[in-house]
Amino acid sequence: MTERAADGARIVMPILVGALFLVAWHMLVVSFDVPRYIVPSPLLVAQTLVEDWPLLAQSLWVTLKVTLSALVLAVTCGTAVAFLFVQSRWIEHSFFPYAVLLQVTPIVAIAPLVIIWVKDTETALILCASIVAIFPVISNTTLGLRSIDPGLADLFRMNRATRLQTLVRLRVPSALPYFFGGLRISSGLALIGAVVAEFVAGTGGSGAGLAYQILLAGLQVDIPRLFAALLLITVAGVLLFLAMVFLSKLALGRWHESELAKP
Amino acid sequence: MSAPAVIEVVSAGKVFANGTRALRRIDLTVHDGEFVTLIGPSGCGKSTLLRIVAGLSEPSEGRLRWWGEGFHAVGAAGRKLFFVFQDPTLMPWARLRRNVRLPLDLAHVGRGEADRRVTEALDRVRLSAFERHFPRQLSGGMQMRASIARALVTQPDLLLMDEPFGALDEITRNALDAELLGLCSERSLTVLFVTHSIYEAVFLSTRVLVMAARPGHIVREVRIHEPYPRQERFRVTPRFTEYCAELSEALAQASALEEAALA
Repeated sequence: MTERAADGARIVMPILVGALFLVAWHMLVVSFDVPRYIVPSPLLVAQTLVEDWPLLAQSLWVTLKVTLSALVLAVTCGTAVAFLFVQSRWIEHSFFPYAVLLQVTPIVAIAPLVIIWVKDTETALILCASIVAIFPVISNTTLGLRSIDPGLADLFRMNRATRLQTLVRLRVPSALPYFFGGLRISSGLALIGAVVAEFVAGTGGSGAGLAYQILLAGLQVDIPRLFAALLLITVAGVLLFLAMVFLSKLALGRWHESELAKP
Repeated sequence: MSAPAVIEVVSAGKVFANGTRALRRIDLTVHDGEFVTLIGPSGCGKSTLLRIVAGLSEPSEGRLRWWGEGFHAVGAAGRKLFFVFQDPTLMPWARLRRNVRLPLDLAHVGRGEADRRVTEALDRVRLSAFERHFPRQLSGGMQMRASIARALVTQPDLLLMDEPFGALDEITRNALDAELLGLCSERSLTVLFVTHSIYEAVFLSTRVLVMAARPGHIVREVRIHEPYPRQERFRVTPRFTEYCAELSEALAQASALEEAALA
């Protein structure tokens, strides 16, 4: 019973905090008579969201498409690179610094180049976002593939397991918790990468993402729409994160400490 | 001794890569059907010696024979060895049944045959009711029994056991000792066992070898002249106490030797 109450509190408390925040925001805007082009009230933002929904939904779809494609690309390539790294320390030592290079170079600085080099804008955006998202997948999966229990490693060796058997039956399952840790970070980064790349590309028209809507709304001083677009990006990010948590629970829920109910 | 030698260790020594000498001139022969126990202070090289016999580590000097031949002969019918680790070393992501079946899966044993052997082994260690459980759902003693079941499915002729019950409470340990003896006589196993416990050594063994450290070497051999099957009653007989006293004295001497070497 107390456990259920604690579970309930975990859901109710943040909602309560959010509601209080919205109320306070609304009261402040109303009582100080803040003009809508500085800070719109939450009600106005909600109203704009409903009125501009067709436009915003289309942009949301564009941004999500870029984000998800980038995430898939980053996971595929990142995992492949991690598998390559664990084949030999030499490979890892030779290439890991370049993976770090990808991580530390600001995407804003590379995006213009990528956009020039790659003709198709959407492909360029996906590429930029995946450059941002790939590093956690590489580093976590590599760490995971290496983090095998020494006792189990001995057991496999003693049973004369082949390299492939050890990889499939020991390294991959051992790496899963690390991989999912990386995936959670990468999913957020993919969205950030997509938004930043859209800013740089400044693509308008039918291919306009949420970043472009923010850019445009800023220029037109349509601050309620700016807020609405911002809200959509945030919600998309949270949903993406929750989806990754769900995937992680699905894969690890029955055996890994991180997903087990606390005693 | 008329029984053929299962293991012959001749003047084996081990120096680790960092220059530490772990073992010096070890001579040891284990005959078919024997239960030989290595006992000694921590760091005396018991586990190192066991790992060398298991083929998990190479001796720096001296030589070893398994059933009168090199290590390549190990694994053929009638010449199978299995190592039981200090920890249960179960795969946390796999259910009990899959854990026990691992050695057979790695050796590509047919499904029907593997299933039959796994069922039999689980039955033998009284874990049939738990075959769908994950390792974390089992107690320490049950996990260790699972680890023994995993050894049994390979139908070993020689068991190498590195303090298998060291982490368990005394009641569980005594029960598992008795079960182990039952298994050994049933399957005419040869066992090389490592323990810290004098009582365990006396109860189980035909022969106990006392080791001293820095570097590890064998200082005393004590034969336990007590017929099998051994009953729990043996533990409270004067003979048992005498053997324990003899071993205790030998261990004290071994420790004194170590202190002298350090001084």
